Amino acid sequence: MTSSSISPALAKGAQKPRRTKTFAAQRRAVLLFIAPFAVLFLAFYAIPIVFAVVQSLLTVEREGTFGAPQEVFGGFVQYQQVFQNTEFWRSVGRVVLFGVVQVPIMLGLALLFALLLDSPLLKGKKFFRLAFFAPYAVPGVIAAIMWGFLYSPTLSPFGLITSEVNVLSAELVLWAIANVVTWVYVGYNMLIIYSSLLAIPTEIYEAAKLDGASNIQIAWRIKIPLVVPAIILTGVFSIIGTLQLLAEPQTLRSFSSAISSTFTPNLAVYTTASVPNYHLAAAFSVVLALATFILSFVFLKATQRKVSQ
Amino acid sequence: MRRGDSPRGPRHSIMSRTGAMLIMGVFTLYFLTPIWWLLVSSTKTGGQITGTAPLWFTMESIPTFFSNIGRLFTYSDGVFGRWLLNSAIYAGLGALLGTIIAAMCGYALAKYEFKGREAIFNIVLSGVLVPATALALPLFLIFSEVKLTNTLWAVFLPSLVSPFGVYLARIYAAASVPGELLEAARLDGSGEIRTFFTVSTRLMAPALVTIFLFQFVAIWNNFFLPLIMLRDQTLFPVTLGLYAWNSQISQIPELRVLVIVGALVSIVPLIAAFLALQRFWSSGLGAGSVK
Repeated sequence: MTSSSISPALAKGAQKPRRTKTFAAQRRAVLLFIAPFAVLFLAFYAIPIVFAVVQSLLTVEREGTFGAPQEVFGGFVQYQQVFQNTEFWRSVGRVVLFGVVQVPIMLGLALLFALLLDSPLLKGKKFFRLAFFAPYAVPGVIAAIMWGFLYSPTLSPFGLITSEVNVLSAELVLWAIANVVTWVYVGYNMLIIYSSLLAIPTEIYEAAKLDGASNIQIAWRIKIPLVVPAIILTGVFSIIGTLQLLAEPQTLRSFSSAISSTFTPNLAVYTTASVPNYHLAAAFSVVLALATFILSFVFLKATQRKVSQ
Repeated sequence: MRRGDSPRGPRHSIMSRTGAMLIMGVFTLYFLTPIWWLLVSSTKTGGQITGTAPLWFTMESIPTFFSNIGRLFTYSDGVFGRWLLNSAIYAGLGALLGTIIAAMCGYALAKYEFKGREAIFNIVLSGVLVPATALALPLFLIFSEVKLTNTLWAVFLPSLVSPFGVYLARIYAAASVPGELLEAARLDGSGEIRTFFTVSTRLMAPALVTIFLFQFVAIWNNFFLPLIMLRDQTLFPVTLGLYAWNSQISQIPELRVLVIVGALVSIVPLIAAFLALQRFWSSGLGAGSVK
């Protein structure tokens, strides 16, 4: 922006030496501004990703049964293993099912709360905003510990329910985890949608009100379409988060034996890495990162097309 | 007319008002009961947690609470205090440095034209979509090459990188730092770096707080990285420490009380910080979705 403002006419004549000096100074400044992030990004984002891909292409071979193990190039051997690993694909299926059910419920609730906060119907909005957002301050591990106690029949204040229905059983434990995640993140998503509702100028629906439109009609026809970008943003983050599930299921494992060591893809990565089988674990990681990337990209593109139509 | 005031009739309003309040009331219980339970339970002894009313205090609540806190900070040579300190270093110091680094980069991308600007921004953007947990194992492999796993650096250094912070910084810098102002500063002979730290950061201040909070929460919540990197429990962040205690409850039942009190102690400062910085959250959160 700034360098383009130096028009050719101005850059001629007496001004020239000074302008080139500023220009050189600006280039130096840009380098200084960008270098720290660039170095860290290379070291802790780019190189690890490349290294993981390399590791996933290696395999361990032994000469005879008792020979020393040797790392050799194995091509797609690890990826073949990934695709044959039923445990891994079951874990992927599990988080996909989780995402299909939990993400819409969570975002639906977040949208409902945001619309109510923005409507004239509520009193004590500040209190509700804070109360709903408070769980976001609780890290996943601690939220899972808390709910783990609340789920267990002996400790729970909801003993009447938890002694009848074992929410930590194999059938229900996925939804027990879904509840923990929903509890933590609804308020956060609500605030993102709410702040984009606040950015809508009131004049836009003054006219609709004068025409006798109800609050529900205004919400449905005017407000929701205008906050779609915010909902998309929360949607992408939720999809990324769902595929990465680790802290909550890993913590709840000490409360429920129904959570296997390969319950979610990331748990499978962790378990495989602790064997230790780094090459296969690296291949899992690469597949998972690619899947996440593609899925959020497709989601972004698909929703963008829908919006622009 | 105030924002949200409705010219509609009172009868309809009373019904929908009650409905709205009812929904919000029920969900307030949902959101606050677990935290309330944690607070109440931390005032009980191990036996009382199962034996008394779960959602209300006992007669000896106050002294029990303080003796629980005392045991929490002395158990196993006071390792819990160490965990809190570690978390403050990883998340507090890490987010502070990370915010400055991200702000400089985002600012340069917004305010200067140079070759490769769009390319850098696109790389940063794709970095946003790479989840932190997908990097944990690759980072572990890299750090074990240079024999730095199980050190403070193994968790601290990777936490400094926040592509999302760069993305936000670029949006905010473009919106809040006028190009004319930078030209004026240049004519006054102020160097680019000095202008950034004295003028631009001030204009970007609310944004910087938002970036800091985002990164703080991201580091605080990152479980996989410390889980896979650290063996020495004096290096644990508080989340990993409580996780470790929690998984030993079946062998050492007295840890249950410590886990409950420890969970409370570790979330109180966060909730307090969120309340104090609320203004920044509510104004800054939506910014990512504006453009």
